[in-house]
Formats: sequence, structure tokens, C-alpha cells
Amino acid sequence: MQKRLSDKVAIVTGASKGIGKAIAKLYAEEGARVVAVFHSDETGALGTLDEIKAAGGEASLFQADVSKKTDTEKMAEEALRLYGRVDVLCSNAGIYPIVKIEDMTEDDWDRVLSVNLKGTFLAVKACLPQMQAQNYGRIVCISSTTGPRTGVPGLAHYGASKNGIIGFIRNACLELGQYNITINAVEPGAVLTEGAKVAFDETTIREIEKEIPLKRWADPMDIAYAALFLATDESKYITGQSIVVDGGLILPEMPLRLFE
Amino acid sequence: MSDMKDKIALITGASSGIGWETAKAFAAKGASVVLAARREEELAALASEIKDQGGNASFVTTDVSVAQDVERMVAHTLETFGRLDYAVNNAGIEGQFVSVAELPEEEWDRVLDINLKGTFLCLKYEARAMLAGGHGGAIVNVGSINSFLGFPSGAAYVSSKHALIGLTTSASAELAPQGIRVNIVCPGIIVTPMHQRARGLLGDEIYDNVLQQRVHTRRAGRPEEIARSIVFLCSDEASYITGTTLTPDGGFTLTI
Repeated sequence: MQKRLSDKVAIVTGASKGIGKAIAKLYAEEGARVVAVFHSDETGALGTLDEIKAAGGEASLFQADVSKKTDTEKMAEEALRLYGRVDVLCSNAGIYPIVKIEDMTEDDWDRVLSVNLKGTFLAVKACLPQMQAQNYGRIVCISSTTGPRTGVPGLAHYGASKNGIIGFIRNACLELGQYNITINAVEPGAVLTEGAKVAFDETTIREIEKEIPLKRWADPMDIAYAALFLATDESKYITGQSIVVDGGLILPEMPLRLFE
Repeated sequence: MSDMKDKIALITGASSGIGWETAKAFAAKGASVVLAARREEELAALASEIKDQGGNASFVTTDVSVAQDVERMVAHTLETFGRLDYAVNNAGIEGQFVSVAELPEEEWDRVLDINLKGTFLCLKYEARAMLAGGHGGAIVNVGSINSFLGFPSGAAYVSSKHALIGLTTSASAELAPQGIRVNIVCPGIIVTPMHQRARGLLGDEIYDNVLQQRVHTRRAGRPEEIARSIVFLCSDEASYITGTTLTPDGGFTLTI
């Protein structure tokens, strides 16, 4: 069977761990040549690269701060230099430092918005010239249920950035459709990433689990499969949309533990 | 009529359009109002108009994208009227309409700084004042139908207005337990200076077609109609409403 991303070139940002790592690995497994982009965690990124190569995939690493225009431009140039095309961009890099609004400094706000929202704009803009020239592009942005659907105390900046991404794709899809470029989003719910394991203790993780209709946290791979679908031609008529991957978490009207 | 007597309302972007009418609507309900915007002359004119009609008004020139200005705006409110009950974060700009492939980073920053960061900064200092007062409060952010929809060449504006929904839901989750409700009003096509500019760009024919084909009411809204939605969400009649969106748009977002 032909792989679902054969002959495709994909850029994945935030690929050193968590969801981005899972997406980079899955894209590579499906035949894409992957530029795995990281910012600070080189050790993590090398781990991603090793795992892709061990599984017989093709990938390379690139260091970039997506909130910097020149970095995103160099990132797109690197994909072109190495592999000659840019078919898929998965804009995943994001941060989520928890801080209450009344204590949130302007720097806290700027950092989260610069990476999560402006970083998405800059990464997309950097890849556009090549995608337009190819008359082909699949852009997948990783948003969150936090912001578009729900709120979390301490994540006002993050929630704003993640719904900002939804606004961005709804708008960009109208401009990019004529070039056969689709742009969509995935909204993960509670994902058991390395970051979540640090942020929550074991007891809290088990308590949250009870509130998820599917009774488990998402594995990064659950998100990666949605990001794969939106990167392939199976989704070629879908644009400007977002897929919620949350095990049903946004739906309970009352705490599920009350019904046990 | 005067069910907001003894209440203090702060309105940003009060120098024109929806902000202007919202300030008048609060004053008509008996609230004392603090008017904030960048343009002093307009604020002074509105303050006199409200005072002439027997209301209490004060104004403070403010650039909401500058933290010191916002801090000063809230401090001015407390110094002038002693408390803060309602805050309407309405200041916003549409920015240049440029395709995403051409949109300069500086223009992205300008629109996001005022529409999004400006709302965060207002929310931050308003929340501090309300928490310190210990009496709760109500905050209304002003989004747009572009908090749900998009249009070509509007990447920065549309992103900023979408992001306000995320800011609203998260802020509500955080502040509601302490008696502060946070909601967002998302107006459709309203006859304001901003929309007059959009009409100028689109041309009358396209603009009228949109009104006829997409808006159930077949007419643009008036700023005072949005003001009423905002005042409602601040009032005690909305005491159980928080984190939600109210979309006074004449049916715009329901039409394909």
C-alpha cells in the first residue's frame, strides 16, 4: 500500500517533544521527508530525529524561533534546499505558562502571543511563496480546546492565542483556496505530554481522567492522526475548519463523577 | 430606569461609534461613566453632553496598548468615583486590509497590540480594581462577527477578534468564582465610522449586496442597538451569564 504522504515534504514546528514529536514521527512514517523544527530543546529534537531514522524515515533538524520572521524564512529555505518543495506545514510550536490575569505581566502576554499566534502567521507566510508556486499546500495549525471551546484559569493569554489561530485560518483559507492550499486546525483536549506530566501530579491526572468521556487522557498520537488526515489528500476539500480531538471532554454538562 | 445608580462604568474606545453610544446608554441608566480613548476632544464633547443631560462623566485619554496608560485609566476611575463596577473593553482598529502573503509584521503587531493586548491590559487592571473592591463586577469585551467568520485581507483583524473569545472564556473561568463576570459582544455590520471606512473600501454596491443577502434584517445595525446588549450583560438581569457570547448581528452569522 502506498504511504499517505509519499513524495511529500513536511515542516513540523515544535517537534522536540509532545504533540509535535508525534506528528513529525507519523508524517515520516507515512513517507514524508520531514524538517523537524525546534527552538530550545536540542536533546529532545535529536531524540525525534533518532526515532524517525531508526524507523527508516527521512528527516532533518532545524533550529528556529517561530516568533522571529527571519527564522521562519530560513526554515522554509532549509526545506527547499534539502528537499526541493514544501507540501505540508504543521504549525505546532506553542507554550503555556500558567499565570493569573492580575499577575500576568505584559512580557508574559507577549511571549505567549508571539510564539503561539504570531509564530503561526510567520510560519505560514514564510511557506506561502513556495506553496503558491507549486499550486499545492496543506497547512495544519495546532490550536486547543482551551480558548475556542473552553477556558482554563491561568491561561487567558494561551486561550486568546489559540482562538486567534482559529480566526487566522478562517481568514487565510479564503485567500489561499485559489492556490490549492488548504489550512485547517486541530483542537486537542487534555493531552498527556511530558509537559502535562510535569504540570500535574499523579492524583490530579487521575481526577481529570474521570471527567473525560473516553476515560483516558489523549496520547500525542491521537492528535497526530488528526494532523495526518489534514495533511493528506483525503482532506483536500476541507479548509478553514478545525477538528476537536478531546475524548469528548468539552461536552459534559455536569461533572461525570457525579454519575458514577 | 436608574437601576445603575451608584454604579461606575468604564468604557474604552468611547470617542466614536459603539463606545460613544455605550457610554450614553450607561449614563441613561444612572451609572457614572469614565470615557477612555486616544482622542481627547471627542471625549470632552461626550462628557459635556452626558453632564448636560444630568449624568456624571469623566474622561481620561488612553492608548490601551500601553500598560502605563491603562493603569492610569483605572486609577483615574478609582480616584474620581471610588470604585469600578462595569468595564467595556471596546477600543479597536480594523487596520490595513492586506493579503496574508503581503501583510507586514509591523501592521500585524499594530492591530494585535490595540485589539488584543489592549483588551488584556484593560482586563488585568480592571480585574485588579474589582478584586480589591471585593464587590464583584462585570466586564464586556467587544468582538465582532469576525470573531467567528473571516474575510480575505483581514488576517490581523480577524485573528485579533477571534482571540478575544479565548481571552473571554479563560478570564471568565478565572474570575467568575470571585464575582466578576466576563462576556463578549460580537456585533455585525453597524453604522459606525469603522464601517463607513469598510464601505468606502468595498464600494456601495458590494456593501449593499452583503446587507441584502446576508443580513436577515436587511439593514445595518445602529450603535445604540449594540450598546443595549452591552448594558444588559453588565446589568443584574445577566447575573448568571458569564463566559458567553452575545451576537447582535441581524442574523449575519446564520446565513450561508
